[in-house]
Amino acid sequence: MNAPFQPETIGLDQLELGTKALVASIDWDVLDHGEACRLKDFGFDEGVAVEPLHLGPFGRDPIAIRVGRMTVAIRRRHAGAIRVVPVTPMIS
Amino acid sequence: MNPLPLVAVAGSPNAGKSALFNALTGARQKVANYPGVTVERKSGRLTLADGRPVEMVDLPGAYSLDPASPDEAVTRDVLLGRQKGERQPDALVIVLDASNLDNHLRFALQLIELGLPTIVALNMIDLAKRDGLELDPARLEQELGVPVIETVAVRRRGVTELHTALDDMLSAPRCGVHKHVKSDLILLQRRAREIATAAVLRDTPVRRWTHRLDSVLLHPIVGPIILALIMFVMFQGVFAWSAAPMAWIGDAIAWLSGAVTDALPPGLLRSMVVDGAIAGVGAVITFLPQILILFFFILLLEGTGYMVRAAFLMDKLMHGAGLSGRAFIPLLSSFACAVPGIMATRTIDDPKDRLTTILVAPLMTCSARLPVYTLIIAAFIPNRNLGYGVGLQGVVMFGLYITGISGALLAAFALRRGVLKGGGGGFMMELPKYQMPSLKDVGIGLLTRAQIFLKRAGTIILGTTIILWAFASMPQAAPGQKQSEVSIAGHIANGIQAVVKPIGFNHDIALALLPAMAAREVAVSAIATVYSIDEGDNPSHNKTLVEKLRHRWPLPTALAFLAWFVFAPQCISTIAVTRRETNGWKWPLFMVTYLFALAYLAAGATYWIAVAAGLGGA
Repeated sequence: MNAPFQPETIGLDQLELGTKALVASIDWDVLDHGEACRLKDFGFDEGVAVEPLHLGPFGRDPIAIRVGRMTVAIRRRHAGAIRVVPVTPMIS
Repeated sequence: MNPLPLVAVAGSPNAGKSALFNALTGARQKVANYPGVTVERKSGRLTLADGRPVEMVDLPGAYSLDPASPDEAVTRDVLLGRQKGERQPDALVIVLDASNLDNHLRFALQLIELGLPTIVALNMIDLAKRDGLELDPARLEQELGVPVIETVAVRRRGVTELHTALDDMLSAPRCGVHKHVKSDLILLQRRAREIATAAVLRDTPVRRWTHRLDSVLLHPIVGPIILALIMFVMFQGVFAWSAAPMAWIGDAIAWLSGAVTDALPPGLLRSMVVDGAIAGVGAVITFLPQILILFFFILLLEGTGYMVRAAFLMDKLMHGAGLSGRAFIPLLSSFACAVPGIMATRTIDDPKDRLTTILVAPLMTCSARLPVYTLIIAAFIPNRNLGYGVGLQGVVMFGLYITGISGALLAAFALRRGVLKGGGGGFMMELPKYQMPSLKDVGIGLLTRAQIFLKRAGTIILGTTIILWAFASMPQAAPGQKQSEVSIAGHIANGIQAVVKPIGFNHDIALALLPAMAAREVAVSAIATVYSIDEGDNPSHNKTLVEKLRHRWPLPTALAFLAWFVFAPQCISTIAVTRRETNGWKWPLFMVTYLFALAYLAAGATYWIAVAAGLGGA
């Protein structure tokens, strides 16, 4: 589906569990200062590998995401600010 | 006098900093606050090979020198030598999670730039190996330019080597310290990633333990069921395991009371020691086993890494009530005591989230309520087995906890729609790897709690019970009069009783409510003291408090008393800590008012319903 030369980005909140992806961009403007700092603390940055692992039991929120070697939990709303390109092909 | 050399232990949250600190300093730790802020300063002693003592301080965990919370600000200020009440550290131990180098190295690089003599503890190396990760400490040492020691702090491995390295470092001459950090975080992060990649020898991805456990414990259906089970087991355990040690303590107190009675001549002094001090303090100390069992569970949940998972599972529900999953940990800690719970709210960044959490924290059933609940349940709820090892008394206790939790959620919901409207609130937390905590670390935690509790029993509670004894014993009743009615306390209680009579409270309860402001568990000792004095040298003196209560209180009164204690803000320390954490009297006063109103309504409703249901009374 995704032509390798023209990657399509989706929100990290839309990524299916267990799908690896690379961070394409982060929309820092929709986050407040503290939230942005914390995401940077966790190592979210362009080009970093991420993978959603678990969803909260109520309303599929928050989302547990592997980022680098860490697993962090963030709310769906914040995950939406992170645009990613899936690494594993959508059609297997 | 020259102050001792100061060594600071710094690192990111979940790097195993506290375990390493425990391993280096042992059980003798001092916990205080930094002046002007409510951040904890944990310090201990270490002796070098040549016998010189060194002071070690455990800095709050931080991800960088760019603070996102008051805790992180203290860490930065101490390291830069501008924290009030703290000298600049002479050396630094940086704790890194070996399996999370990409992230933790960023903070380490920032710290190394400070130019302090530094040692890096490459911690939790066993968990990294378990995950198929093999590291090259020599390469890491070369890249960072400071000594790197492999450690497994919870198993006390690598501690001797670390101690030796500290020895060497503190004997070497010191260089100057840079007072400014001006690094770009993103650049540091990229450098950190480079070093991390260089230091990895082998990385065979194995099915990771933590991931496997999480797929069960964070499962959308199984996860919440397990959480509920864990909480249920915890509260059944608090009851079942404490029975024997409580009986021993009870016996010891009875023996002491008998011995003192025999040794002293009858009179005011004997009455003060036996009926005041021993009866009052003894009644409270009996509950030490329960408090320790509760703390044991909480420390275990924290140490294994499950506590954050519980926050993850609960976040959406907490969010629905206007709180964040981050509030779950302070609120869960409030089950032990609201004071540390309220102090733990510092980790909540959003001010309105934080204030809401502080205001509802006293509704969590703290351990000081346990003596009250235990006594009333033991006296009025039959010890019936409902099958499968579940007892009726345990179920009632569970119900009281649930009532407190529901009350807190409803109050939070109302607060966020009323006085504390607005504010998004966030939830961003690291899910650390699961690990077995060391029993020694849990032991050190328990020891600290036991000390705090016993200190309180020896000071506030001893003082209050003796004052109450004086109020209750003077003036002395003439023959035929009831001591609890003619005494000073009796007259004060008459005033209180006028207010609480409609909700079914009798004179004895009114008498216990005032001293219970010092600490809730004093209600138990207050009642014990009153009955003890009342009966004087009566033969019924030997009856237990439980038996005395059964004779004196109707069931609806007992139930109303339980309902009162679910809500009542009867604890001076909680009010004081709220004042301190909110910087003024406005919020503590608000808190006290709304909680007393809730307590009055809840006790009233319980009493009236119980009377209407024909359970006696009125």
